[in-house]
Amino acid sequence: MTTQTKPLSRPIRVLVAKPGLDGHDRGAKVVAAALRDAGMEVIYTGLHQTPEMIATAAIQEDVDVVGLSILSGAHMTLFPRVRKLLDDAGRQDILVTGGGIIPAEDAEALRGQGIGKLFGPGTPLAELIDYINQWAAEHLDQ
Amino acid sequence: MTPGNGKPATIPPASTAELEALRREVAAWRAAYGKLPLREGNFTSISGRTVEPVYSPVDLVDTLGGTELPGNFPFTRGVHPTMYRGKLWTMRQFAGFGTAHDTNARYKFLLERGQTGLSVAFDFPTLMGYDSDHPRSEGEVGKCGVAISSLADMETLFDGIPLDQVSTSMTINGPAAMLWCFYIAAAEKQGVDVRQLQGTVQNDMLKEYQAQHAWIYPVEDALKIIVDMFEWGSTHTPKWNTISISGYHIREAGATATQELAFTLANGFSYVEHGMARGLPVDSFAPRLSFFWDVHNDFFEEIAKMRAARRIWARRLKEKYGATDERSWKMRFHCQTAGVSLTAQQPMNNVVRVAYQALAAVLGGTQSLHTNALDETLALPTEESVRVALRTQQILAYETGVPNVADPLGGSWYVEALTDTMEREAEGLFAEIDAHGGVVAAIEKGWFQRQIAASAARFQDEMDSGTRPVVGVNAFVEEEPDRPLEILKIGEEADRTQRERLGRLRNERNQAAVDRSLDELGRAGREGRNVIPAMLDCARSYCTLYEIRYALEKVYGAYREPVFF
Repeated sequence: MTTQTKPLSRPIRVLVAKPGLDGHDRGAKVVAAALRDAGMEVIYTGLHQTPEMIATAAIQEDVDVVGLSILSGAHMTLFPRVRKLLDDAGRQDILVTGGGIIPAEDAEALRGQGIGKLFGPGTPLAELIDYINQWAAEHLDQ
Repeated sequence: MTPGNGKPATIPPASTAELEALRREVAAWRAAYGKLPLREGNFTSISGRTVEPVYSPVDLVDTLGGTELPGNFPFTRGVHPTMYRGKLWTMRQFAGFGTAHDTNARYKFLLERGQTGLSVAFDFPTLMGYDSDHPRSEGEVGKCGVAISSLADMETLFDGIPLDQVSTSMTINGPAAMLWCFYIAAAEKQGVDVRQLQGTVQNDMLKEYQAQHAWIYPVEDALKIIVDMFEWGSTHTPKWNTISISGYHIREAGATATQELAFTLANGFSYVEHGMARGLPVDSFAPRLSFFWDVHNDFFEEIAKMRAARRIWARRLKEKYGATDERSWKMRFHCQTAGVSLTAQQPMNNVVRVAYQALAAVLGGTQSLHTNALDETLALPTEESVRVALRTQQILAYETGVPNVADPLGGSWYVEALTDTMEREAEGLFAEIDAHGGVVAAIEKGWFQRQIAASAARFQDEMDSGTRPVVGVNAFVEEEPDRPLEILKIGEEADRTQRERLGRLRNERNQAAVDRSLDELGRAGREGRNVIPAMLDCARSYCTLYEIRYALEKVYGAYREPVFF
């Protein structure tokens, strides 16, 4: 962990989700396993989820973080949709982050819409584990 | 060679004394080698295979050792005696985006620049059997491929391209039968004799459940439709490949080279067994089974994989399934360079990776090839990047001299030993699959999915720890960010256009014919008849993709994946 703050007294809960019709789950599964190995509690939705299914699962499972994996080019629709559904349910506190084939300018535009950092191909797993830990240290009650 | 059993009749046998002498010499060499300093480095293949420092005839003594010939059983060295002197491989760039109209223009661009076959990339809604205006399609129309929701779109896709003069590959699986029917109906509308149609539908559902995940119906129902296509195609479209049994997606999902080889061949055997179980003579459909391999970075391993694949297929078809038509024994295949090997960092380096992979595909004896464009880790390729990818093949074909000799690596002790080793490893995995109750049972248990995910995790560990160098990613990294590439952006226009087109189609078509043909399709499904004739009538009546999907979903239900990580 790169953060100086005290670690959380409970595991961070993460929902790893595959929204839309995209079947590429190599990245999602590798990331889910890595987050679990890093001590987080991870739930994986499986494929072909609608934003509604993902938001419902996130709320029911009371997660801290939703990680979306999108390689289909539909990121500009799907990220904001999940964000909005969570906001509408009063869960602005849940971080929506993720990764996939997402051009830099799109990732930037999405950050402006309340989406967290997005990770592209070739990212070392340690980088996204650090990101989530750092976010948790700053945003979750100790 | 003795035609028939694949064993050489007259291999000049090294005498036992000669072999023993060589064995002693190699042992002494190894002992001396063991004392020499080596650089720090990873000397395993990208699949994690231990590779010896040198190969010699002692590695071959129980094998054929390159004495086979191209065009002869078991075709290790190629399916044709003439190989690329007879005909170069087909340069077939996978392309599709936006609407049928947009993609039609890209096809004409590629054909004008010397491409020799077409290859259709469909968008995700089409891959899953949804119309562009279905709620599940929102945000995805035309993004990853072309949107095709009915015969009308297929007619536009091939407007001005005579379907009796091109060969077309369609990467479509869950709804393969439906898109195939659209294509046949489009050919009929062009006035083309469908018996002359040449091309391929991927139609490999087993690897969808294992790796790529564009499924619709439960496994056995999907297999039933595939066999319907074998049966109908064998008499109505005799030049059409009704399946392309694909290792590509298995590899891209994380499998090793040997897993790709073995899982794909096991799927192939499964299709043969399902066809034979219907009562189809093996030689009535096996000649139209084709294959599709990934070509990854580990040069020799990839070449050996393709050589081993041909040999295993030929022997099984002949010896186990009793095929007597030589065409049933010959594994013909397409290759695509490994998308997963490309890097978003320093993307120009991808041109070099693709060139080496293309060389491996040709040395492995491929019948057709797609070379990836350098920008495919960022977006769909631009015209400029696609042109470089196509030119890479043309340089290989026309400047390097590589196509002049069939299987030029045949007889290389390393390549021959690796071919034999991979064949043995594949046999081991076939036995494991059998122990799990066969391919379908192993899918339903999630066995393949776990094997593939474990290999993907191993590769990621090697990358993260730096033991597997990837230039520009974990080695030779530039401090400065890359200069941004001009990339292809697909907006929402395709979505709007498709909604309008579908709205018009639904208003203008003969609704009575639509209802009648959909009813008949459902009846054919319920009665267990071959569904293709009824589905073709649906296509001709301008039923939409989802209407056809749904007519059979009412009969078969939907597939549910086993979720795990």
